Amino acid sequence: MIDFALDILSWILLVLGGGCVLIGGIGGLRLPNFYTRIHAASLTDTMATILIFVGMILQAGLSLAAIKLFAIMLFLLLTGPTATYALANAALLSGLKPDDGCASDAPKANNLPKEGAGE
Amino acid sequence: MNLTLVRHTFQRGETRLSSVLLLLLILAISWLLWSGLYKPLVMSLGVLSCLLSIYLAHRMGFFRNNTNLLRLMPRLPGYWLWLLREIIISSLDVTKLILKPSMPISPTVVVLEAEAKTDMGQVILGNSITLSPGTVTLDLYKGKVLIHCLTSESAKELQKGEANRRVAALEPR
Repeated sequence: MIDFALDILSWILLVLGGGCVLIGGIGGLRLPNFYTRIHAASLTDTMATILIFVGMILQAGLSLAAIKLFAIMLFLLLTGPTATYALANAALLSGLKPDDGCASDAPKANNLPKEGAGE
Repeated sequence: MNLTLVRHTFQRGETRLSSVLLLLLILAISWLLWSGLYKPLVMSLGVLSCLLSIYLAHRMGFFRNNTNLLRLMPRLPGYWLWLLREIIISSLDVTKLILKPSMPISPTVVVLEAEAKTDMGQVILGNSITLSPGTVTLDLYKGKVLIHCLTSESAKELQKGEANRRVAALEPR
């Protein structure tokens, strides 16, 4: 009985995690420019990671595998933001303006980015 | 950016042997826990990778700068629980924003003055902000954190400074 309940709970968490990945993907397509798209990626990065790993830990039960999964989750949660920071900071340093609001940053056909402008 | 200057300020202080040995111990234990194979070849590979990690950490100036890493540990789980709650709340917000057909986003850039004084506290603050969906740290320089927020509401929430206070409370006094 308790196994069944744990199975149900872990499946709910795994499905929710998958949903977060999907919504992150949709957000990456819908949001207008680079800096806003990062936010959608961070939804996949954190919430989906937590949900999927907790779901897998419930499947693993009390074992060494559960501890390892927990450690992998911690490593992902520690390194994910660092990678995001590297990406965002590189964009900032190369001159992409973060205060454009909702404007799209796709290059226009008659207004291609100048050399080194990074926009 | 002046790389030599950055290197200089990050690598001050003496390398302490005790923290080198402590890291070596932690790495060795986690290797043994992780591999679970006790053949000579695997063990020697483990020793090699532990020593390589120690060398890389030394090159990064890790041992000259980690005076308060261990004293910070006991307060981390409580902070993680609070952060988890924040992550769940802001995830729901961002999910709603993305799925709404009108997508009512109002991207805002704010500067936050970090209350945490040590490098480590400021890194924890920056990474926590990035970790919660809807806010991303763009730059961290001399205690000033430049943050991109998906909505002006989340920017206001950040400027109330609860995250800032909690990270500052993590630091050992």
